Amino acid sequence: MGMPAQFHVLAVDDSLIDRKLIERLLKTSSYQVTAVDSGSKALEFLGLNDDNGDEDRDSSADADEQVGVNLIITDYCMPGMTGYDLLRRIKQSSSFKDIPVVIMSSENIPSRINRCLEDGAQDFFLKPVQLSDVNKLRPHLIKTHSNINKRKGMEDDIHSPVPDRTRPRYNELEVV
Amino acid sequence: MEVVQIQRRLVDYTKSLFMEGFLDGQFLQLQQLQDESNPDFVVEVVSLFFDDSEKLLNELTIALDQPNVDFKKVDGHVHQLKGSSSSIGAQRVKNVCIAFRNFCEVQNIEGCLTCLQQVKQEYYLVKNKLETLFRLEQQIVASGGSIPMIEMGF
Repeated sequence: MGMPAQFHVLAVDDSLIDRKLIERLLKTSSYQVTAVDSGSKALEFLGLNDDNGDEDRDSSADADEQVGVNLIITDYCMPGMTGYDLLRRIKQSSSFKDIPVVIMSSENIPSRINRCLEDGAQDFFLKPVQLSDVNKLRPHLIKTHSNINKRKGMEDDIHSPVPDRTRPRYNELEVV
Repeated sequence: MEVVQIQRRLVDYTKSLFMEGFLDGQFLQLQQLQDESNPDFVVEVVSLFFDDSEKLLNELTIALDQPNVDFKKVDGHVHQLKGSSSSIGAQRVKNVCIAFRNFCEVQNIEGCLTCLQQVKQEYYLVKNKLETLFRLEQQIVASGGSIPMIEMGF
């Protein structure tokens, strides 16, 4: 499976202003964006049940391909399901655990940041999020996309080198 | 007034807002995200900020007027206001919110009331300034000119 033409990011934030901002930031960087205002809406979009951690209704290994989300970026402080709760749910899902999750927060609390990173968050951005933060996402996306495909036993193509050579190779890749 | 003069006025006015601390670098970031495909991005986001803030200021006034103040609720509103002001670069509003949250944490009602007054003041000030800025921009565009990009030293 080759590189998608455009990466699709699911953005989650209860603040309308911040949703608009993150959407613009991502679109400026040529990502396709779906923005939702809560963790439960995010799970709904992915096709995961919102309740007690049961598996998704479509538990085929291709669920993430069908929904087509390459990265999830979520606010930490949200009413109901926090960004951390959402992170945990995603990582518990067999279909979606490989999708990188980035957490955003207006508060610089090291213990919070560490807990998110330890529990599988790819990165942690302090708000307000900058273009330079969004630019950091691309290598994560390319590498993860490649790893997901390899794990599914798809043929290696020239765009998925072995992990220890990933970084130098990907810097040269031209992604539209 | 010639377009060049209005453009000059806009640049000077914008710079003064930064110098006086009304706006910070985040506002520049918003401007950088605006382009031909999204020509009204800044006005749209700032308008959302105005609507959101006025709602929050009302709720804060009501919440702090209760016989038994729910400080958690107050803090929740201030947190939201801090977030949105930070997102658009309204630095002075954001700074009052930081002090406000500290008073909420120790449940100091007098401190909270003072901060409410201050935050309202700062909000109306920055609203006024931004509306003036947008009016200048409109004048430039209406005269067929283009809005100058502000280059700041920081």
